[in-house]
Amino acid sequence: MCNCGENLRDQRYTALEKTLKKYRHTTGKIIPVLQEIQDIFGYVPIEAIREVSRELKVPSSEIYGVVTFYGQFHLQARGKNIIRVCTGTACHVQGGGKILEAITDYLGLKDGKMTSDDMMFTLEPVACLGACGMAPVMMVNEDAYGRLTPDEVPAILARYDENRKQKDDEKCIA
Amino acid sequence: MTAITVSINGIKTTVPEGTSILQAAAGAGVHIPTLCFHPDQEVKANCRICVVEVEGRNNLAPACATAVSEGMVIKTATRRVLAARRTILELILARHPQDCLHCSRNGTCELQQLAAEYDVRYNRFPRDEWQLPLDYSTPGIVRDPNKCVLCHRCIEVCTAVQTVNALGLANRGYDTQVVPSIDHDLFESPCVMCGQCIHACPVAAITERDQIDELMEAISDPEKVVVTQIAPAVRLALSEEFGGEPGRLRMEQLVDGLQKIGFDYVLHTNFAADLTIWEEGHELLERLQEGRNLPMFTSCCPGWVRFAEVYYPGLLNHLSTCKSPQQMFGALVKTYWAEKMGIDPEKIVSVSIMPCTAKKYEAVRPEMIDSRYADVDMVLTTREIARLFRMTGIDPLKLAGAFPAPWMGEYTGAAVLFGASGGVMEAALRTVCELQGGTLEKIDFCDVRGMKGVKEATVYLNGKPVRVAVAHSLSNARVLMEQVAAGESPYHFIEVMACPGGCIGGGGQPLTRTDRDRARRMQAIYDEDRGRQRRKAHENQEVKALYQDYLGSVMSHKAHELLHTRYTLKRKNT
Repeated sequence: MCNCGENLRDQRYTALEKTLKKYRHTTGKIIPVLQEIQDIFGYVPIEAIREVSRELKVPSSEIYGVVTFYGQFHLQARGKNIIRVCTGTACHVQGGGKILEAITDYLGLKDGKMTSDDMMFTLEPVACLGACGMAPVMMVNEDAYGRLTPDEVPAILARYDENRKQKDDEKCIA
Repeated sequence: MTAITVSINGIKTTVPEGTSILQAAAGAGVHIPTLCFHPDQEVKANCRICVVEVEGRNNLAPACATAVSEGMVIKTATRRVLAARRTILELILARHPQDCLHCSRNGTCELQQLAAEYDVRYNRFPRDEWQLPLDYSTPGIVRDPNKCVLCHRCIEVCTAVQTVNALGLANRGYDTQVVPSIDHDLFESPCVMCGQCIHACPVAAITERDQIDELMEAISDPEKVVVTQIAPAVRLALSEEFGGEPGRLRMEQLVDGLQKIGFDYVLHTNFAADLTIWEEGHELLERLQEGRNLPMFTSCCPGWVRFAEVYYPGLLNHLSTCKSPQQMFGALVKTYWAEKMGIDPEKIVSVSIMPCTAKKYEAVRPEMIDSRYADVDMVLTTREIARLFRMTGIDPLKLAGAFPAPWMGEYTGAAVLFGASGGVMEAALRTVCELQGGTLEKIDFCDVRGMKGVKEATVYLNGKPVRVAVAHSLSNARVLMEQVAAGESPYHFIEVMACPGGCIGGGGQPLTRTDRDRARRMQAIYDEDRGRQRRKAHENQEVKALYQDYLGSVMSHKAHELLHTRYTLKRKNT
């Protein structure tokens, strides 16, 4: 049986311990510690806040304040791919709302959830991506897509969707 | 220091350099409204209600956070200033629940006062309340996050004064909230329920858990025998709620008033305070003799005990095993006292009246059932009792007075001292010194009195020096605890009270702002002690009778069963 998932877990915790050790007995270093933790886990787990509190002797109430203050930190696990959709004025006028809808439909997001159940995607509506000239715009990870129409969305997202690819491959074999 | 002359509303005033506009104005007799400002705290400048106009400056200046400069011309009540203040109030009120008539701070709310002062008659902004659930997770304190005005005063008292770190901020901008550690329940945070945040809060975002209805139900039940104990710090602060100086209300009047409300028997926690000194004094002598688990810390204060359980679980053997007076009393009222009075303990409802919100928690600690019943059934704070008096139309200051019930109603001046920081120490020293033989000539230990954060003294027992320390506010307790953890504590015996000033400044007391209020209550404690005929715990005749008739001797097996306890690690989101 494959237990690479377990190994990955171990690796992450070893990395966490290394980070904590590096910053032990330092002051004023909460943000770099949290950034490293987010690099390791993809988000900041609550348990990691407790660890940081213990090692850096900073109250967890204070660390929580920092984590929730900055948009760059996330308390929930996020999908493998980050979709950022512009909801700014230009994109809104050009039908950005329809793009957002097409994405939530494709990912099956309900009740304000922003991450797909298979952890493949997290949707982040943003205020502006700085590409108003090609509105409506979305970015998947570092790739930008402009002058979008809602019906283009599924094909674009499918490129990043490893699960879907796998399923399609299985279909072909069958 | 350079003197600086400024003009405030045309009044010339000279103040030292570094003075804020707010302070300068107060000195010149000019009132500037405040909300996030607290006289005993750091300047926060986040509510902006204190804005004023400064000539030559484009924007309005926050008076609390702007230092005066030479020749400054300040106007505190121009049309622009008043309009800005009213807008600020409208914005705060648009998010604040409008249930003033049902609110426990109705009449004492700083926001309500400001709204009245600034004649806010309408609100141009749409209502946008949080609609968050109330936090009833702790037995002592209730948080209503909807009412929070984000002044940060609770956070400062919790982190700087108490170093408990239960409260912090979450999110930013319009979404900012004050939350218990990592936004879990307050009970999962390191909160010790000291209630100092209640005093700091300008509104009713943090209040005590009210038990008046529960009490009235017991009082109206003819089957129940409602017995109460009064803590020493309650009486003197209660006077303030009825317009009297601290201590003007006599203990007899309070007893009378409680009987009129419908309590069947009124007794005194003070009795159990004297008893505590017998047990704790002997415990100290034993530890000194064996050189074991020193320094010994007092354990009367439930906020302090929980603090130690959360932050110093490895040092719990340094705490005295004695229960607090409230819990000693509770264990005895349904055993010894019930037996003496011929009352079925099952029918007894044991109520305690405390200056403290943490006592509500202490009463429901699962191990506090040594009488085979709940030792203390409910705890009401001084504020709740004041409300009860008002509700029932009784002005206790006008009552003739009555006497407590027998067997557990007598007390000495030593017991009274428990209400002020340093009091348990002084009471213990009076007894311990005499237990070693001889009579004390001077029984006032002035070194352990007063508002200083950590007080020290050295006494001689059998010619050997015993070093004692007294800490109030948990930040000071932390300093002494860190010394113990590092193996560097020079002390043998340490008293800790969680609240500034001790129980007189407790979380259940009438709303208290400054150390000056606390010092006045402290003085009333020493006045009462001085006026009592017996001033040493070991002179309490009813305590002697308890040992003779029931417990056998000090630290006997039975005494251990009923009067001592143990402490356990409490894992919280520290």
